[in-house]
Amino acid sequence: MKGKFPLRSTLILLIVGILAVILPLLLMKIGVLDAYTAHIITMGGVNAIMAMSVNMIVGITGQLSLGQAGFLAIGAYACIFFNLDMHLPLPLAAAFATVLTTFAGFLIGFPVLKLSGDYLAIVTLGFGEIIRVVFINIKPLTGGPNGRQFTTSMVLNGQLAFVIVTSVLIVVLALLQNFLRSTYGRAIMACREDEIAANSNGINIFRYKMIGFVIAAFIAGIGGSLYAMVVGFVKPDIAQFLRSIDFLIYVVLGGMGSMTGSILAAYVLTYLQEFLRFLQDYRLLIYPLILILVMLFRPQGLLGMKELSFVKLVNRLLARKSKVKGGAK
Amino acid sequence: MIVLQQLINGVSLGSIYALIALGYTMVYGIVLLINFAHGDILMVGAYAAFFVLGAIGAGPVGMLVAFIVSMIICAGFGITIERLAYRPLRSAPRLNSLITAIAVSLILENGARVLPFIGPNPRQFPRPAVVNLQLGSLSISNIQIIVIVLSGLMMLGLNYIVNYTKRGKAMRAVSFDLGAASLMGISVNGIISFTFALGSILAAAGGVLYASAYPQVNPLMGMMPGLKAFVAAVLGGIGSIPGAMLGGFILGIAETFTKGFISSQFSDAISFGILIIVLLIKPTGILGKKLRIKV
Repeated sequence: MKGKFPLRSTLILLIVGILAVILPLLLMKIGVLDAYTAHIITMGGVNAIMAMSVNMIVGITGQLSLGQAGFLAIGAYACIFFNLDMHLPLPLAAAFATVLTTFAGFLIGFPVLKLSGDYLAIVTLGFGEIIRVVFINIKPLTGGPNGRQFTTSMVLNGQLAFVIVTSVLIVVLALLQNFLRSTYGRAIMACREDEIAANSNGINIFRYKMIGFVIAAFIAGIGGSLYAMVVGFVKPDIAQFLRSIDFLIYVVLGGMGSMTGSILAAYVLTYLQEFLRFLQDYRLLIYPLILILVMLFRPQGLLGMKELSFVKLVNRLLARKSKVKGGAK
Repeated sequence: MIVLQQLINGVSLGSIYALIALGYTMVYGIVLLINFAHGDILMVGAYAAFFVLGAIGAGPVGMLVAFIVSMIICAGFGITIERLAYRPLRSAPRLNSLITAIAVSLILENGARVLPFIGPNPRQFPRPAVVNLQLGSLSISNIQIIVIVLSGLMMLGLNYIVNYTKRGKAMRAVSFDLGAASLMGISVNGIISFTFALGSILAAAGGVLYASAYPQVNPLMGMMPGLKAFVAAVLGGIGSIPGAMLGGFILGIAETFTKGFISSQFSDAISFGILIIVLLIKPTGILGKKLRIKV
């Protein structure tokens, strides 16, 4: 199927992407979706971007990182800094923030990626905590432990926020899926499967791990700037270890290595958190219980390594239709 | 003199970290699992002691009973958690058991928040009256003495169990090679349960001591000392018992020195910074064994 209908595949994806943005927007316009639900969906989008970032490290590169929220915080604070202190326009500020976060990923990646397994996990955790403490202590830039206000047009207009977040999510997903099918993406996955075998096939493991790590930081930078823009308020607490765990949970539930799976899990769990509010504090117990049950009964996550594919879905539907019509393929 | 004073404070904090780190290290040494719930076991122990002390008063007898009760309860918790959450996943990929450990930790924390007799709010921990002993210009409190002496005794006890008893020998055998140990007639499951119980007992003691040193209990109190103790275990070389003690003391002393001479805000960052630097120089920790990868 691959390469047979490249134009058709692109078209299908384009249509699905546009529908994903337009349909909820229409529902919001006519008032079926209220502002509260719209905000939850938007936050789901931000979480989904972060889930992709974590999945890039945990699922694709095969390295456990427990400090991804640190990059989220860097992106968020950098976006505020470039916009409020350097007086750059918002899109440019977000772009600069993303570049800065990517660079931070590059710098942190050097020492960190020399380690592996549990050691890597604990060191990334350490970096997340260090970033949090540093942000608490540079008060003029970050407002200290009280955080910093950031009122943008996206905070005021929920529909605008939804459109921007969802479009960015779709673009990032498209770019990422293409990247994963490229030589680089396949090399990274080869390192995940077996480092020694990959190495003996001439793949420079450190280099490809680094590329994966930097891309994850890049996506987290985008997620961080969007978070700052949508929420309008950033505290150093967002770099906390528990927040990284939240993102990891999306990835684990959705399926490590499945981008669409983790996006789906991010949306579902973000909604579930709000939906279960009537249970008050008991909802905090349901979350980890689901996690344990999934680990016990479906350890590879809900989707495993599979990706949801609209192209395949449409092709299958079309094939069935032509079968009904013509009787044969 | 200030340096010496901070050193005393550091040793006192460090011995608590060392106690907790021992639990991490033993569990990691045997089942290769970072038991994230270990810090929350500490919280359970502190709460158990809180209720005992509330019921019979914070005298010497009260403290003794509180220690024993919280150790028994924590040992029960440790064994139960291992049985229900970790044992079914023993042959699963490492990441799965790690995530389960994180989930168990969330359940303990949030469970404590939800339970009506614990609740989300911090409470004052009833502790014995603080008496400061003056040695020249140095001052050392009775609580610090209790912390240092008790943790020293517990470490000696652990050392005896691991090195001089039959169970300890079995533990070392399982940690060396789980499969071969079971072929030699060692009940692997029993030894793993025993290890969890032992680690939880040390965590309970650490929890009571921590709550006496910083007289407050709340459901999230185990998180930071848990992480710090884990850092201590990794610092010293995870899987190595003297390493955990060494790491605990290094971390405690580094932390009080940072608080005393730089800024109390930075103490968390400093301990993680030390960890990162040590791991970069010696990736398996100070006393860690070299990893050998078979192709």
